[in-house]
Amino acid sequence: MASRTLYSQRDPALKKRDDFEDILEERRNSSDLKYALKCYMPVLYKGVTPCKPSMIKTMVLQSEQLRYVVTELSKETGEATEVIQGEALAILEEMAHKLHLGTVRFFAYMLNKAFKVLYQRIRVNEDGIQRLQQAIQEHPLVLLPSHRSYMDFLIVSYLLYTNDLALPVIAAGMDFLGMKFVGEMLRMSGAFFIRRSFGGDRLYWAVFSEYVKTILRNGYAPIEFFLEGTRSRTCKSLTPKVGLLSIAMEPFFKGEVFDVSMVPISISYERVLEEALYARELLGVPKPKESTSGLLKARRILSEDYGNIHVYFGQPVSLRSLAQGRINRSQYNLMPRHISRRPGEDVQVFVNDVAYKMVRLQEESMVLRPWVLVATILLQNPHGVEAVWLAEQTAWLRGLAQAFGAFLDWPDHISASRAVASGLALHPNLVCTERGRVRLATEPKGPGARAPEEDLFNHAVTVLSCASYRNQVLHVFLRPALLAMAMDVAPTSRKDDVYSCFGYLRDVFSNEFILCPGAEVQDFDEACFLLTKCSAIQILKQDIVATERGRPTLSFLSAMFQPFLLGYQVVCRYLCEEVAESLPEKSYVAGVRSYAVKRILSGELACLEVLSSDLQKNVLAALLRMGALRKSKAGELVTLRVNKSAINTIENTLGGRVSTQKPVLARL
Amino acid sequence: MMGRGTAVGSRSGMASDRSGYGRQRAARQRLEVISGHLGRQEASGACEGRQADDVHRNAVPRRRQDVLKWNGWGFRDSKFLFNKKGLAELTGKRYQLSGTLMPGLKDWFEGTFGANLQHRSPAVPALNPSVVPPPNLHAAFVEALKEATIPCTHEPEDRVFHSHGHCLHEIFALREGKIGRVPDLVVWPGCHADVVRIVELACQHNVCLIPYGGGTSVSSALQCPLEESRCIISVDTSQMNRILWIDEKNLTAHVEAGIIGQDLERLLREHGYCTGHEPDSMEFSSLGGWVATRASGMKKNVYGNIENLVVHIKMVTPCGVMEKSCQGPRISAGPDIHHFILGSEGTLGVVTEVTLKIRPFPEYRKYGSVVFPSFEQGVSCLREVAKQRCAPASIRLMDNAQFHFGHALRPQTSMFMSFLDGLKKFYITKFKGFDPQRLCVATLLFEGDQNHVLNQEQQVYDIAAQFGGLAAGEDNGQRGYLLTFIIAYLRDLGMEYYVIGESFETSVPWDRVLDLCRNVKERIERECKDRGVQFPPLSTCRVTQIYDAGACVYFYFAFNYRGLSDPMRLYEQVEHSAREEILASGGSLSHHHGVGKLRKQWMQETISKVGLGMLRSVKEHLDPQNIFGNRNLL
Ligand SMILES: Cc1cc2nc3c(=O)[nH]c(=O)nc-3n(C[C@H](O)[C@H](O)[C@H](O)COP(=O)(O)OP(=O)(O)OC[C@H]3O[C@@H](n4cnc5c(N)ncnc54)[C@H](O)[C@@H]3O)c2cc1C
Repeated sequence: MASRTLYSQRDPALKKRDDFEDILEERRNSSDLKYALKCYMPVLYKGVTPCKPSMIKTMVLQSEQLRYVVTELSKETGEATEVIQGEALAILEEMAHKLHLGTVRFFAYMLNKAFKVLYQRIRVNEDGIQRLQQAIQEHPLVLLPSHRSYMDFLIVSYLLYTNDLALPVIAAGMDFLGMKFVGEMLRMSGAFFIRRSFGGDRLYWAVFSEYVKTILRNGYAPIEFFLEGTRSRTCKSLTPKVGLLSIAMEPFFKGEVFDVSMVPISISYERVLEEALYARELLGVPKPKESTSGLLKARRILSEDYGNIHVYFGQPVSLRSLAQGRINRSQYNLMPRHISRRPGEDVQVFVNDVAYKMVRLQEESMVLRPWVLVATILLQNPHGVEAVWLAEQTAWLRGLAQAFGAFLDWPDHISASRAVASGLALHPNLVCTERGRVRLATEPKGPGARAPEEDLFNHAVTVLSCASYRNQVLHVFLRPALLAMAMDVAPTSRKDDVYSCFGYLRDVFSNEFILCPGAEVQDFDEACFLLTKCSAIQILKQDIVATERGRPTLSFLSAMFQPFLLGYQVVCRYLCEEVAESLPEKSYVAGVRSYAVKRILSGELACLEVLSSDLQKNVLAALLRMGALRKSKAGELVTLRVNKSAINTIENTLGGRVSTQKPVLARL
Repeated sequence: MMGRGTAVGSRSGMASDRSGYGRQRAARQRLEVISGHLGRQEASGACEGRQADDVHRNAVPRRRQDVLKWNGWGFRDSKFLFNKKGLAELTGKRYQLSGTLMPGLKDWFEGTFGANLQHRSPAVPALNPSVVPPPNLHAAFVEALKEATIPCTHEPEDRVFHSHGHCLHEIFALREGKIGRVPDLVVWPGCHADVVRIVELACQHNVCLIPYGGGTSVSSALQCPLEESRCIISVDTSQMNRILWIDEKNLTAHVEAGIIGQDLERLLREHGYCTGHEPDSMEFSSLGGWVATRASGMKKNVYGNIENLVVHIKMVTPCGVMEKSCQGPRISAGPDIHHFILGSEGTLGVVTEVTLKIRPFPEYRKYGSVVFPSFEQGVSCLREVAKQRCAPASIRLMDNAQFHFGHALRPQTSMFMSFLDGLKKFYITKFKGFDPQRLCVATLLFEGDQNHVLNQEQQVYDIAAQFGGLAAGEDNGQRGYLLTFIIAYLRDLGMEYYVIGESFETSVPWDRVLDLCRNVKERIERECKDRGVQFPPLSTCRVTQIYDAGACVYFYFAFNYRGLSDPMRLYEQVEHSAREEILASGGSLSHHHGVGKLRKQWMQETISKVGLGMLRSVKEHLDPQNIFGNRNLL
């Protein structure tokens, strides 16, 4: 099957990865100024005719595609073409980047200073840089970094500048433009700005897509954007957005370029700058509007230690190779290429598959520090553990993670207790050690009693922050854990029962985790393979059974994902118990939250992760997708209609109370 | 701006039509001697008016192998070799370039392919008749042929000669002495009536017929299908080579379909006419072959392609003879039945006679060339020329690699100014900014009455100037066209030194020309690399024809196969990918080479399932027994 090759190999532990080098080391020993003023002569794409940013704008404005849309709109609206052309120009002015080497040098200088203070090391795989250097010359390039922090915007450009590579043009959200000064600075260091939503605005779409394609077709500069669309507040990869990706692929589909190389870039932070902000945001404190003063206040941040950053430039992926045998490019032969059509079904599915693949590649090369293992264990033991046991358990988990192919940055000569200790040291705000016991930090009870909600809220901040570290390792364990959970809830140990439960769980959680569409069988195979490999299960002729030795592993895996399982059930219960028939979409999150708070305070529920709005939104998406909720629109008001029996079934199935039989599945 | 030279009166470069009439005579005498050796021309009873003398007017005799190579291109007396000093040379005296030394070729050859003159890959010296499978003769059919006094043979040499066209894989196999399925019998009808008889007999005895014209097919069209178990008869039309009449009032000529291009033009010339149809293979390809493949001639801008040239066609099918009742210049009477015949590739019957448009031989001819800073600009210029509909008889645009190739073929003699030397001079003054690694050149051929030509020339050069093109002289243009007829000989030279190559073509809308050229060239390079070809291949293209709505692009692809275990397979895979790339980039399956068996797999994709069904139903109606069983197209 062609799609098979799109996904990862069966034994992830076999994945070969490059070594890292610390680029800050050299920076620490040499002049920042000299660095900022260094000779910068990047190699370019072999087919490029070098041109200025303003030239790109002219090309876009004069492009057939844009002229066509302008004429169409003018026919439809009766507006003069000049007027619409004027609007197009305005959109372009608002959007376009103005890469300016001086600004880049300034940024480089500033970042250098900041990085040296903030981070111990910035480690980059040199081989990846080498490959990039090669790839830049061969084909137009798309850089696809993971997105965990604002820092991502700068770090790739910084590294490319440092290595004398062509600077990318970066898609950024319009909200940055709110920050007057920073916005323009970013623009001059290569960012271009897109509105978050421009639904039916055809002119906007035309300008935007032509802008991206013009850059790509000419190989003018690498294009960088975040597949996940926004910063992941949870450190879990987000379901990819395909809009920009499909625009970036179009020149290849239409034969305008021979190939496009896509480079997944995994940026992992040992400690994310926005850590605490994120947790608060998830708990319902609205996201602060991106404002310059806000960022400047962040200078306070400069006094803390943020450990290491790892940047892994993945193997460039050839779009042409992926499309081979899947996309019939001659479907574009019968219309002038400047007229855009809605892509065919095959193209849509393909783009989506590639988007998932790229996010998977990002995930797989995210470097994990021992601390994420520690966080994983602590979350399963909310009342704290003995430090010694913690070290033992961490060592055990390390073994398991490695067997599953995790990209752990844990040198052999570092003992478990040292690794644990250094992790704890870096996160004093999250954990505390008292009399040989380690537990999640709780803010000391101040004088005067606070509302129990407030305590709960404060504790939840810690839990969610901690969870954001555990989340980094989830992708390693996801498939085996789904299998472990499936074995828990399946009515029998027969293979097809387990498989159907596995498929069901996978389906339910496909908004929560990166699970490539259509890859059930591969995922199941992989899960079986890994659990067999670590002797946790045995695959018999008809059945899948846990081994005696394997029980701890299986229950550990199930426990790791328990918060999600519970979270989904709680939302279901809320919908069944508290909602009559429908509720306004707007009040969904608040409703779930207050329901959960009640349950937690009453002691019925121990899991604080349910409070995360990210989880709540994912459940909403899943229920909508499965048809257990339906959206209806009346004017501005969006209402969610609840199909109680469907919700009930989901809840029961997740709780292992009902067997997942095919008819049930079909009805959902 | 550029020297306005005098008209070049006759076409040069082509065999048997050299500048001096004396030499032409000499060549003809040689042929007479050769065909004299051949012995009797068995004029069959049915063919009235055929004179024994007719045979002397053919550049190619019945026993082709006497004059033509059995395992390579063209005349036996003409071939390329590197002499002891390493200078390339074309032997013989047939061509204007024969005997000239080309000092640049060796370096270009070794540098481009990483080849080495020490490393040779010679062909087997001669055909070993014992490797030719014995003929599977149908005794009753052969008997009936003899009765009808239609000459035929089952000599191994003749059978092998008729078993192939000029695809790389066909020639490569011959050079290795590998003989596959070959026709069991070769038959030479002398006229339409002979063909009618042959087809009748074939239907009666259920044997397989494969029409054979000039044998220049490059689509595996002449290959015998392996799955064919009946007796296969190659119907060689070469003896049907008379101009039956010329109608000067309507400017048409009625010609037997076996005549080959150079004979047709020569004979018409004697009456002051030409057809102007000049495919690069015109020395050998036949009128019937052109009709059967929808051929295209270099000068189609003035004269039209074959479908524009035919007024009437007679074809013998298993159902009977198909022809129209009159010679009206255009008819609205349902779908044009000529279009079932044009491009039928020998699957429906034998084209026996064709009425063609003829033109007075042009009064004036002039060559020209233009250098462009880049291929992109060259294409823009050609597009504009097409738009203004002022195309000269021929306009071709070579890419940079072909420019260098052409340069490597420049003769030692100072007869032509060395392109680059001349260029270098200009370089400092005018050409500044022309990058030798990017520039490309267009060659032009104007034909017609003098005033018209000169005006047209002015218009074309004005357009060229708008796209940064600079006139680069008549000589360079003329040399480009001289090379047309010797290029095919060069492939044989390459094969002596582990270099194999092929050309293929497509047609494509204007807006996709550049994208297609880039994609296909790059695909070839990439496929070669991925398949372990050590030295980057030669992957180059030119635009050879322009139309209102698009252009014809012609690719050359060659590589050094030394050290590769199965070069043919590799070659075929690369060619296959290149065709896929063409189709994906908006190009057609073929502009003029046709489909044959080589490109059959893409027919459905090309003309849709319904379209294919339409063609099938025609085939089923005309030839339910599959007498014309070459299995091309469908
Ligand atoms: C070096 C070279 C240059 C070429 N340049 C050109 C070019 O410029 N333009 C171009 O169009 N092509 C070109 N070709 C391709 C080839 O010359 C043409 O396809 C040509 O029309 C074939 O004619 P032929 O007489 O050689 O036919 P053959 O090769 O003998 O046969 C070709 C096909 O036509 C069928 N056929 C032949 N005669 C008849 C008939 N009388 N009735 C029915 N079916 C028949 C055969 O069965 C076969 O399927 C070139 C080929 C070579 C090798």
